[in-house]
Amino acid sequence: MKTKLSDKIFRRWLPLVLINIFVLIPIWWTLVTSLKQEGDILKKPVRYIPDPATLENYMRAWVNCRFDRYFFNSMRIAVVSVFFIVVIAIITGYALSRFQFQGKNGFMLMLLCIQFIPHAVLLIPLFQIFNTMGLIGKPLSVILVCITFQFPFNSILIRGFIGGIPYTLEEAAQIDGCSWLMAVWKVVIPMLIPGIVTTAAFAFIGVWNEFLFSMMFLNDANNYTIPIGLKMMQGEYNISYGALAAGAIIAMSIPVALFAYLQKYLVTGMGAGAVKG
Amino acid sequence: MKKTYVPYILLAPAVCLVLAFMVYPIGNVFYLSLRHYNPTKPWINGFAGFGNFVDILSDKDFWNALKVSVKWVISEVLLQLVFGMLIALILNQKFKGRGIFRALTFIPWAMSGVLTAVLWSLIYNQSVGLLNNILTKTGLIKSPNAWLANSGLVFGSVVTAELWRGIPFFAISLLAAMQSIPEELYEAANVDGSSKWKSFLYITLPSLKETIILTTLLRSVWEFNSVDLIYSLTGGGPVGKTTTLSILIANHATKTSNYGYGSAISVISFLILAIFAMIYLKASRFGTEE
Repeated sequence: MKTKLSDKIFRRWLPLVLINIFVLIPIWWTLVTSLKQEGDILKKPVRYIPDPATLENYMRAWVNCRFDRYFFNSMRIAVVSVFFIVVIAIITGYALSRFQFQGKNGFMLMLLCIQFIPHAVLLIPLFQIFNTMGLIGKPLSVILVCITFQFPFNSILIRGFIGGIPYTLEEAAQIDGCSWLMAVWKVVIPMLIPGIVTTAAFAFIGVWNEFLFSMMFLNDANNYTIPIGLKMMQGEYNISYGALAAGAIIAMSIPVALFAYLQKYLVTGMGAGAVKG
Repeated sequence: MKKTYVPYILLAPAVCLVLAFMVYPIGNVFYLSLRHYNPTKPWINGFAGFGNFVDILSDKDFWNALKVSVKWVISEVLLQLVFGMLIALILNQKFKGRGIFRALTFIPWAMSGVLTAVLWSLIYNQSVGLLNNILTKTGLIKSPNAWLANSGLVFGSVVTAELWRGIPFFAISLLAAMQSIPEELYEAANVDGSSKWKSFLYITLPSLKETIILTTLLRSVWEFNSVDLIYSLTGGGPVGKTTTLSILIANHATKTSNYGYGSAISVISFLILAIFAMIYLKASRFGTEE
């Protein structure tokens, strides 16, 4: 089947190029702005490439605008949350994949429904709960919220991976004298590594990008995460666009790197994962 | 399996989390919605009955936010579906460089709302923004526009920024579904002399029906609830032009501390979403084979 040249141009390359221009221009412009000298950013005529290019905005964002602190805070919240999300997702996914029990469908339905709950609605009551627990201002409040919101999708995801590991292998290990837990640890977990990495990457992006609850709960600038730092910078009266752009590039570095790893799973493995925003 | 209690033990941590940080707070929202509650004005606190709801019905801000929400959800979901479909159709063809284009096109999927807001504020900005510069240079506009402050332009500007981030979701889901359509169907249609447009209409679309229903429903709920991008790009302004219900609730939580009233709006949001989801699934006959 041969495709005509005009078809190739109008049905493939032209729309594809236009769409990619739309996708890439904001990223490219932010990168350009972040590499310009402070004086060049506002200068007319506008320069479309940084000349001369400089890293001083990155220094300013990292040191003066405290992105070193925010980066550390975001990392700490993300690493702790992702660890617990993965552990809970494995336990929950295992139960859903290997057992038949009463209430299973109801439980699955609940996991799906959690995706529908508006986060803004939970702002007020969760603030009160954490206020009573004395956790307002502490990263633990955000960690607990992130775990609760992220584990349902990831449990369903990892359930699919566990389903792909034959149960007979577990049985065989048990016949050879392993206890059930040992069989899971020695047989299932090693085979689940790709699933764990994928789940962790999904969870990491979700936690890294969390904004609303961090905004509400973390009122001390020492505990701000990167999204809060960006928001605060945007609201400043004397805004430094170069440092803001550099901060944005720092913020996107981690999710884009994880995305590069995940993108091969996105299309093939996302049939069931359509639940994820 | 013999040990019937094992799965319940395994699910215990999940259930505890959901009960503590999901079910209990939602119950609390319903309780608070029936009270006057403002931590900064303790003297007004007390039982309100349906007082908050009565106040909401005569609140101009509420009706405006509801209108903006509906407009927001419809424009986002429709445009994301159309562009997502277009991209999925292109990327489903086999050609050299497809992998790279796939990766590039889907990048915004990984970006947060705040980050998207920063990127687009650098495009829309009046002093450093690219958009005014390009449009004046090509002669499409005579003088620079205030894309985020002009009440006639702001809605379109914010919709565009959200589209940028939202299209990949549809493209990814639709592409995944397209790849499960058997190639033979198209070959048979081709032999019968059916045009590409007809193949799309009679093979692709019907096969994608379930995916389309599910993704549009999920996205409608998601866009209805979305806060991050609007909150950081405009804060709901100017003059409420981008204040959706979720932004209104977030503002009551973060700025006015009017918790009782905010909770009552939350309850109404819940009900709107629940009713919408039920009607949508029923009207589209989701899950029923014809």
